[in-house]
Amino acid sequence: MFKILSATGSYSTENTNADSQHIWVRLRIDIMQELTITGTSRNEASSLPATKAGQRPLHEMLTPFPFAYFTAALLTDIAYWRSDEVMWERFAVWLITGGLVMSALLAIVAIIDLIGGKQKPAGLRVLTYVVAVLVALFNVLIHSRDGYTAVVPTGMTLSAVVFVIMLAAISGGWALSHRRLGAKQ
Amino acid sequence: MINALKTALSGKSAHIAAMVVAVAGVGLSGCDDVGGDPARQIGAHPALPALQQYLLPPIWIAEPTAWGDDTPKAAKGLQVHALATGFQHPRSLYVLPNGDVLVVESNGPKAPIFRPKDLITGWVQWFAGAKAKDANRITLVRNNGAGVPELRTVFLDHLNSPFGVALVGHDLYVANTDSIMRYHYEDGQTKITDPGTKLTDLPGGPIDHHWTKSLVASPDGTKFYVGIGSNSNVGENGIAAEYERAAIWEVDRATGAHRIYASGVRNPTGLRFEPETGKLWAIANERDEIGPDLVPDYLTSVQDGGFYGWPYSYYGQHLDPRIQPQRPDLVAKTIVPDYALSSHVAPLGLAMSMGTALPEAYRHGAFVGEHGSWDRTPLNGYKVVFVPFSGGKPIGPAEDVVTGFLDVHDHARGRPVGLAVDQSGALLIADDVGNTVWRVSADRSTTALK
Repeated sequence: MFKILSATGSYSTENTNADSQHIWVRLRIDIMQELTITGTSRNEASSLPATKAGQRPLHEMLTPFPFAYFTAALLTDIAYWRSDEVMWERFAVWLITGGLVMSALLAIVAIIDLIGGKQKPAGLRVLTYVVAVLVALFNVLIHSRDGYTAVVPTGMTLSAVVFVIMLAAISGGWALSHRRLGAKQ
Repeated sequence: MINALKTALSGKSAHIAAMVVAVAGVGLSGCDDVGGDPARQIGAHPALPALQQYLLPPIWIAEPTAWGDDTPKAAKGLQVHALATGFQHPRSLYVLPNGDVLVVESNGPKAPIFRPKDLITGWVQWFAGAKAKDANRITLVRNNGAGVPELRTVFLDHLNSPFGVALVGHDLYVANTDSIMRYHYEDGQTKITDPGTKLTDLPGGPIDHHWTKSLVASPDGTKFYVGIGSNSNVGENGIAAEYERAAIWEVDRATGAHRIYASGVRNPTGLRFEPETGKLWAIANERDEIGPDLVPDYLTSVQDGGFYGWPYSYYGQHLDPRIQPQRPDLVAKTIVPDYALSSHVAPLGLAMSMGTALPEAYRHGAFVGEHGSWDRTPLNGYKVVFVPFSGGKPIGPAEDVVTGFLDVHDHARGRPVGLAVDQSGALLIADDVGNTVWRVSADRSTTALK
């Protein structure tokens, strides 16, 4: 766990020109990680050497995409529910599809990360993320029904469930793996 | 499942797409989605099971295969021969007064992709041979009386997904998917030279989900009745896309002006006047994806100003939850169709038996060409049936007239579409998979005994 914290720390220091918004976002991530990481002292973490570029897991770049797609799908579902306007329903099913496509890419890249040997899966978070994607797969089928019942009530409920599960999965950061202890820095 | 995978991998089956979908959702689909006996849904009072909604909608179109030397199988007392073959997706037929047969070779316009599902549907249709190039033409076949064509010409070309044809006097009307065109026609003419005049526009693109525009002229020739299919299964493209659709139009022949004669008919694919009473009858394709036995397609007389339910309800007040907002005012006045043909048979051809030279049993009634189901297990339709009439109303169960479109492996050698009665009184069947026009006549060996 502390390796990720150190990675995030190094990320901060490498981008000294970042605007205040970026710093704010990063700060928020740091706080979230702080909340999830227990039994690791701040000192111990920050005493580790700064991570060099290329040592962060690649899949971390892709983890936000499904979350963003599925969140947008929830919003468009709500828009459809309130308006009966089919445009929102179509947005929703494409967004869920997009989220699933990105999830597939994410899975491929995550496997590449593991093959690299420096990463190991962060068990509970990977499991939570996978459950969210499976529910989304179920949801795209519900959303492929014709008309109102593609969204209300089942589709919209599932979109909300996906959102909550995925929020839990990524609340500790975008990486779904941690560095193997003893892996070369 | 393993067998299913093997089948899919061997590429030998039209179930491929369905299998891929099924594999993608292993364990998510119920296996109790098998339809019951279609006979329970034929007639005035079809059994209607409870509505079910799918996680994985079933897709099963019979894979096309060749006829070889075989032909469809006719009921006792009838025989079948190919009138002509080698057409390009023949969809409807019209017999001119001199006996010439017009074969409308047509296919739908390109379907838009609105949802990921549309990609999969397009793929499945391609496997089922439903994506044949649109010939957009009418071919004339001249019959020498013995059922053997002596002449075949391109009668009219460069049309736009044509379907309905009607001749009034010397004016030949063709219902394209987006307009009714008028052409001057002289008796015996084998090629139309007139560039054509538009009588009226019809609802065409941009979606044009149900594209076939059936057409019939009133017996006095002053009005046309035009079947305009819906723009969706059940309103999922928005109710605005259904403006003046899912309806039977009455078009004035002199002016081209139209009014909605009847509405709430999802896809009225065939219109004919019943000879005894002079009433307008229609066949209609009902909605999909709420079960193998919902909703039965039907044959019905068409009442002026009548509303037949789509998309809000079916068979009277059976509400469809997939459409929102609902319209209780329309549901309250929904007419129950006269005669159910059973679910998903896809009736696409209607011919009244007026003037047939077929045996007595087929003299009073309606022939219906059932293209066959694409979303039902087991398959349903894929045959031509006869509904006996008396006093202008159906009086008994539909009888199979021509079958054998499916082989023993449930592969489709052909699929019946448009029907017509030719000058000699034989029944003609357009087959848009076998690309053939079949001619059904009285079996000489049995008629000789009479």
